[in-house]
Amino acid sequence: MVYLTRLEHFNAAHKLYNPNWSKEKNEAVFGICANENWHGHNFELFVTIKGEVDPDTGFLFDVKKLSELMRIHVVEKLDHKNLNMDVDFMLGKMCSTENLATAIWQQLEPHLPAGVQLHCVKLYETPRIYVEYFGN
Amino acid sequence: MNKRVSVYRHEHFNAAHRLFNPAWTFEKNEEVFGKCNNPSYHGHNYELVVKVTGVPDPETGYVIDMKELSALIKREIHSRFDHKNLNVDTKEFQQLNPTAEHIAIVIYDLLRPYISADKDLQIRLYETPRNFVEYPA
Repeated sequence: MVYLTRLEHFNAAHKLYNPNWSKEKNEAVFGICANENWHGHNFELFVTIKGEVDPDTGFLFDVKKLSELMRIHVVEKLDHKNLNMDVDFMLGKMCSTENLATAIWQQLEPHLPAGVQLHCVKLYETPRIYVEYFGN
Repeated sequence: MNKRVSVYRHEHFNAAHRLFNPAWTFEKNEEVFGKCNNPSYHGHNYELVVKVTGVPDPETGYVIDMKELSALIKREIHSRFDHKNLNVDTKEFQQLNPTAEHIAIVIYDLLRPYISADKDLQIRLYETPRNFVEYPA
């Protein structure tokens, strides 16, 4: 069993705001992250897959194909976007880094071939804050 | 000792912005600024490096007290721009396109009055880990 990780990045705006709460409660819970006019981040996305090495290629999975899957299903939908407004798979969800990592997992998993398992989605919101999701 | 030394303070802020020229059509803005023109904004983790150059004070050994420089950056820059929409929430960018170049110039102009005239000031601003600007050039 080997683990293979690919790093991509995207830049996006978002806000942490629960529409079922008052503005005051949102500010009490989310502080400056609730700014109604948005703020933004440079997100760094690490996707780790695991499986056995193909003896013919020496690859677990062609990393160019992994990069392409991340680009089509994740980065093109998120890069230079407003996460709350512009992203179909985040509509109706709270745009926390936790929820975004989980949603990225769901975007990628159906596209991996048999024998290649998604192991971890690690998402940095800032150089000092990141979340990891392992699919359970 | 009369030797000049540069000292650097690193701070950061997170903000949303959009690059566009209101005098142009949407199509021309799309052509020039591409995805940076998204009307619902995008955002960055800005990393700011403030460089102050001068002769260390003979009594303290400091070019500038780093705690005071840090407090100055928090008061003048962080409080204005952190977790803000640069186009919407700041008076500095109501009429000015918030490119990294312009943000660096604005930061310089905000800090310069508080740094004594015998010291030089330079701003380095990272918009992403791969794109940064410096002012003065």
